[in-house]
Amino acid sequence: MTALLEMRAITKTFPGVKALDTVNLTVREGEIHALVGENGAGKSTLMKVLSGVYPAGTYEGEIHYAGQLAQFTDIADSEKRGVIIIHQELALVPQLSIAENLFLGNERARAGIINWRETNRRTEELLKKVGLSDPPSAKVDKLGVGKQQLVEIAKALSKEVRLLILDEPTAALSESDSQALLDLMLELKEQGVTQIIISHKLNEVRRVADTVTVIRDGSTVSTMDARANPITEDAIVRDMVGRSMADRYPERQRRAGDRLMEVRNWNVFHPLHSDRQVIHDVNLTVRAGEVVGIAGLMGAGRTELAMSIFGRSWGQKITGSVEMKGREVDVSTVPRAIDAGLAYVTEDRKSLGLVLDEPIQTNITMANLAGVSQGGILNDKAETRVAEDYRRQLNIRTPGVFQKVVNLSGGNQQKVVLSKWLFAGPEVLILDEPTRGIDVGAKFEIYGIINELSAQGKGVLMISSEMPELLGMCDRIYVMNEGAFVGELTAGEASQERIMSLIVTD
Amino acid sequence: MALAEQRDEGMAPESRGVMDYLVHNMREYGLLVALILVMVFFQIVTDGTLLRPVNVTNLLLQNSYIVIMALGMLIVIVSGNIDLSVGSVMGFIGALAAVMIVEWGAPTLVTAVACLVAGGIIGGMQGYWIAYWKIPSFIVTLAGMLVFRGASLWLLEGQSLGPFPREFQLIANGFVPDIFPAAWGAGLAELLGVRNVNVLALATGLIAAGLILWMETKSRAQNRAYGMEQEPYSFFLARVGITCLALIFILYKLSTFRGLPNVLITMGVLTIIYAFFTARTTTGRRIYALGGNEKAAKLSGIRTERLTFLAFVNMGVLAAAAGMVFAARLNSATPKAGFALELDVIAAVFIGGASMSGGVGKIVGAVVGAFLMGVLNNGMSIMGIGIDYQQVIKGLVLLAAVIFDVYNKSRQA
Repeated sequence: MTALLEMRAITKTFPGVKALDTVNLTVREGEIHALVGENGAGKSTLMKVLSGVYPAGTYEGEIHYAGQLAQFTDIADSEKRGVIIIHQELALVPQLSIAENLFLGNERARAGIINWRETNRRTEELLKKVGLSDPPSAKVDKLGVGKQQLVEIAKALSKEVRLLILDEPTAALSESDSQALLDLMLELKEQGVTQIIISHKLNEVRRVADTVTVIRDGSTVSTMDARANPITEDAIVRDMVGRSMADRYPERQRRAGDRLMEVRNWNVFHPLHSDRQVIHDVNLTVRAGEVVGIAGLMGAGRTELAMSIFGRSWGQKITGSVEMKGREVDVSTVPRAIDAGLAYVTEDRKSLGLVLDEPIQTNITMANLAGVSQGGILNDKAETRVAEDYRRQLNIRTPGVFQKVVNLSGGNQQKVVLSKWLFAGPEVLILDEPTRGIDVGAKFEIYGIINELSAQGKGVLMISSEMPELLGMCDRIYVMNEGAFVGELTAGEASQERIMSLIVTD
Repeated sequence: MALAEQRDEGMAPESRGVMDYLVHNMREYGLLVALILVMVFFQIVTDGTLLRPVNVTNLLLQNSYIVIMALGMLIVIVSGNIDLSVGSVMGFIGALAAVMIVEWGAPTLVTAVACLVAGGIIGGMQGYWIAYWKIPSFIVTLAGMLVFRGASLWLLEGQSLGPFPREFQLIANGFVPDIFPAAWGAGLAELLGVRNVNVLALATGLIAAGLILWMETKSRAQNRAYGMEQEPYSFFLARVGITCLALIFILYKLSTFRGLPNVLITMGVLTIIYAFFTARTTTGRRIYALGGNEKAAKLSGIRTERLTFLAFVNMGVLAAAAGMVFAARLNSATPKAGFALELDVIAAVFIGGASMSGGVGKIVGAVVGAFLMGVLNNGMSIMGIGIDYQQVIKGLVLLAAVIFDVYNKSRQA
């Protein structure tokens, strides 16, 4: 078999970060090629380079596609050559029908007038190919996620696809839908469609992939041929996580005190689909001075768990109890959760954590205005004093606390969010991806702040997709998968291999 | 990210030039300058009619209900919503007042309280759907606009209703009696070479100017102490100086006519209360947070639904107050009262610098915006420009103000 695609020494640099470092990827004609790696390893970036999202010239290295040097200028350009990418978040218009979605931007029309007969006939053909029996006029939002995924594939097929890229196609699918999708992939392979699949689910990778390439920290680690000898999940996991844990985490005295927070039998359903249970019977404990981690892949339900505990900010039909220092507390609204001693530092600081157009000091006092006011009247001086205190303590780099937070770098913005919650005086802080999108230096500072908090006897519950971070910071780690805790490891027991194997063998 | 940080660190607040400051604060000065330019322009083309005492008095009375409603509208818009129903609600409350007083013979005080409560209830009814059912405020208040327009027609049976007793008329047309001895006024009048001087009005102007001077100086000192971005001293002097002089000038003009209109006191007191409320209270702060980023506000423990609800209740109460002022001024309630007035109010708020997307805007801006529109209306009427051109010009002014905003923002970025 000849190579359909060869990506040679691809290097992609973002300001301050090397996202891809001389990556090589060879995909043979007619195979299914799996791309695996941790969150943030660079898989999606690589696919964006391939599909022209990052156009030729913005990266170094060469892409050879179908025997030619390819220099795609945008997605439309790569699609014209038969390279089609299906993103994790589906790109369908929910209010339109299947047929309308399939030919969106590519309508079967003459002089701007749509030929519905032709459209529907083609749609039926395509739907048959992907094994869907719904009528072309069915609205997409009436279909389940699994079927929507198939519609996406049908849409790709309508464009004469030669290389189909699927970015975590089964992440949101149920078991049976996943199986159907994998079967379809194998069938498309029979028809000669070359495919690249990005997936975290190693059993699925093993089932469909002919070749597996592991990417880690922006570089290719290994490429394994499944046809030569069967690939074991162990081998993949080893390559995925096998990096040395450098001294990136400040030392901390580990001593856990009394039980601070206890969550019992926590169950949560999806806010829109009341029959879909997202969190299953979670029990967790955080002790005073303890840093507890929650590990898991994206979509495991970690953020949903945290937000549902914090004032029922996510989900519905929530059941279970929360105890603080042995007494059951009411956390049914955010103000009550704050009163009970909780704080939640969101993973999405720009849209959920900050008012970007307001100054630093306004953001810092937002969750505890009572602390800088008397009888509902703000004390400007006290407010500025508080903000200045946190600026010093957390080393927020800014000319002054009157600066709008939109002007700050990611790390400094995160420190503002942390300041806000520290000023609210919580007992337990839930930190959701506290170091996402910030540079190494600021990360180290944030770790220092976390250690300081635990030294003060606060409890910290830390959600992170970066396993080294959890291993470096936590006293105990819960492993979460598909909405349930599938394991609990102490700092001594935990390793990336153990966590990953708990997730993938669940 | 790293780049932005470096730039910020290198940019100490002192090192900014005067020009740089002007670019960043163009909006506030622009509004003040625009108001002055418009007034000077009309003063010249109307041969001094604009600033005659009687016209100044008129200008204040004519715009009082717009200003009163702009206070509430600013809060609604800062919270990220809009209220299209205020004109209709204003008309409805005027009709209610007329029915109560003229037909039922209810006392003025009882009527006033009942009208304010009714306004609050109307605001609450609309706010309920907006806050707790998340129905867009545009739709809910559009419905309210139609409903209350119809309700006033029904209440008045299509007829005008009046006149009001003298007590009620005083709300809009009364003047505060001079508490100083008449001899003082007469003496001053002779000194200044005018017919008469209302000492109270003049004293109010001087005291208000003094207060502004004192407060501005204090806050400047405080800002300096906390290293906040400093307004260049020349700007500070010009801004405060012009504001104070204008205030004294306006009140001097009033003092040579009939003194302080009651409605000016109402307007002034309400403006001060709302300016304080938005800038200095926790609830005011929370409204800005709600409009700036509702999700972040909610996750910070702010009861966003309740705040939205209350913003509309407040708007209803102010629309009711404006409705009474309007009815009292005309001395009758008419089914057409308040027609299309919501647009003037909304325009005033946007001209005053509020942002359509919420979270940005100041009370003083809204009030100045209302007067800018008022001066345009008044000046053009004196010049005898037809209502057709007036509408076109007002529309263009609104558009220009918003374009100016957007342009300014993109220049800063």
